[in-house]
Amino acid sequence: MAIPFSYSFRNLWTRRLTTVLTASGMALVVFVFAATLMLAAGLRKTLVETGSPDNVVVIRKASQSEVQSGVDRGQAAVIETQPEIAVGTDGRQLLAKEIVVLISLPKRGTDKPSNVVIRGVSVTSLALRPQVKLVEGHMPRPGSSEVIAGQSVAKRFKGGGIGETLRFGMRDWTVVGTFDAGTTGFSSEIWGDADQLMQAFRRPVYSSVIFRLRNRLEFPKVKERIEADPRLTVEAKRETQYYSDQSEMMATFLGIMGMTLTFIFSLGAVIGAMITMYAAVANRTAEIGTLRALGFRRRSIMIVFLLESLLLGLAGGLAGIFVSSFLQFLTISTVNWQTFSELAFSFTLTPDIIIQSLAFSLFMGLVGGVLPAFRAARMNIVEALRTS
Amino acid sequence: MTQQPCRQNIVSVQDLSKSYQRGAQTVPVLENITFEICEGEFLALMGPSGSGKSTLLNILAGIDKADSGTVTVGGVDISSLSETDLAQWRAVNVGFIFQFYNLMPVLTAYENVELPLLLTGLSRRERREHVETALAVVNLQDRMDHYPSQLSGGQQQRVAIARAVVTDPTILVADEPTGDLDRVSAEDVLGLMGRLNREFGKTIIMVTHDPRAAERAHLVRHLEKGVMSDSGR
Repeated sequence: MAIPFSYSFRNLWTRRLTTVLTASGMALVVFVFAATLMLAAGLRKTLVETGSPDNVVVIRKASQSEVQSGVDRGQAAVIETQPEIAVGTDGRQLLAKEIVVLISLPKRGTDKPSNVVIRGVSVTSLALRPQVKLVEGHMPRPGSSEVIAGQSVAKRFKGGGIGETLRFGMRDWTVVGTFDAGTTGFSSEIWGDADQLMQAFRRPVYSSVIFRLRNRLEFPKVKERIEADPRLTVEAKRETQYYSDQSEMMATFLGIMGMTLTFIFSLGAVIGAMITMYAAVANRTAEIGTLRALGFRRRSIMIVFLLESLLLGLAGGLAGIFVSSFLQFLTISTVNWQTFSELAFSFTLTPDIIIQSLAFSLFMGLVGGVLPAFRAARMNIVEALRTS
Repeated sequence: MTQQPCRQNIVSVQDLSKSYQRGAQTVPVLENITFEICEGEFLALMGPSGSGKSTLLNILAGIDKADSGTVTVGGVDISSLSETDLAQWRAVNVGFIFQFYNLMPVLTAYENVELPLLLTGLSRRERREHVETALAVVNLQDRMDHYPSQLSGGQQQRVAIARAVVTDPTILVADEPTGDLDRVSAEDVLGLMGRLNREFGKTIIMVTHDPRAAERAHLVRHLEKGVMSDSGR
């Protein structure tokens, strides 16, 4: 049987201050590690939830986002003829021809301009997005200079609140409603009548055509037909896929940046743990000699110190995750470079991130503890006993 | 002090030599030592500092190796055992009593005494019985939940003695067991060792500077410059 677990645990407890300091170092690294993963997860969640698997987005071929896309009226009319498009309760096709324009608006407070997506919508646009709900006011009347703003825009942009006016496209637009789109990307958009916006921005083409499928399994069929049609120069994507493609570049960048930071920080934390453990071994040389004299094997000694170091890592990991969990209450906004629009999202802690963070902290503990544990295990008994 | 005639040798040392390398120089510590220890003996090894008495004790206890010669303890030639086998052999056959007690500061008296039993196959209940018996022998049952820092030097040494005897080892080795104790505690510890020897028939090998400690032993052997003079008493 091995040396009892309580021996390792109580030794850490005995030198509480050193333990807390070393574990804090590790906690900091785990915090950075977890925060990066949470950021990427939050971004992905926001963009993926923006889409619905029943919806299909049709954009010009090879354009990565609606902003770069253009679908002319003729092509839009062809797309409208697809038989797989669902029909709403009012007998109308659940299809919206939308235009997306990027404009710059000043933020509240700072006056600093930032990009906002203006979406010209059809009457069916709201029905296509069950995640979007009008919370105040009414929808823009067709043919009017009325717009509605996502809650995130209403809060953060000057003139975005209900009753206020926004100026863009050489016109003043009255905000007649705000809508709640949860954590989806629509929260950061302004919606108005598509035809009015096309006039205002002098854009003769739609950006995208969005429609609901009768049956989500029919997607491959409709995609093939649309993309093979010689009259069309468009591609069809499931809405979920469309939005997750948009998050990819950001998520990858955040991932690389986070991992680089974490790696550099973790070197410091590992060295800290190593110093602590070397000091622990040096302080307990006589104890190690005694344990060996009593008949405990080198392996048992090694395990004792490794266990101590792993516990140190675990403490750091738990503390780091605990602190990072508070980031969930934080909403941050950033520019999604792929669409150049503002995007508000929050840090999201997933079970996967907890497991990865804990594994990472244990790994740091292991790496920091292995050399000191090795030294402890290799001590000469007589020399170790002489240090008492 | 009455001494039984020697029925059986428990330790037998043949032509034992050991030297240390100090730079280019070879310093002999023990030279061709041959002697025996009877079962149930209480032997004191005396000699000036650097005479090699601690080295001899360490070799008998299996924590140091000789350069040449053989050491047989309880019928086992320990000079030929591997590192791992030797560790296992010590767990069963040797009880250690150190000058500075060498208790684990983070473990209670009970847990310190239990430590060597963790290397045996005993169940938790059996271990408890053994630990309680050993603590009763050293008269510290009421202190079993105390940590070493809550005990006096004499009490700590008694816990260490309980730890040394809890596995019922073949030999007890003590390196200056009274070296760090005041006179009253030292008398106490020596009395306890005497009792272990008399009542429980423990074979004790003790290295000491203290003539009063040596007085308690049946037999005193002197080491001088690595050579044993068989002065006896």
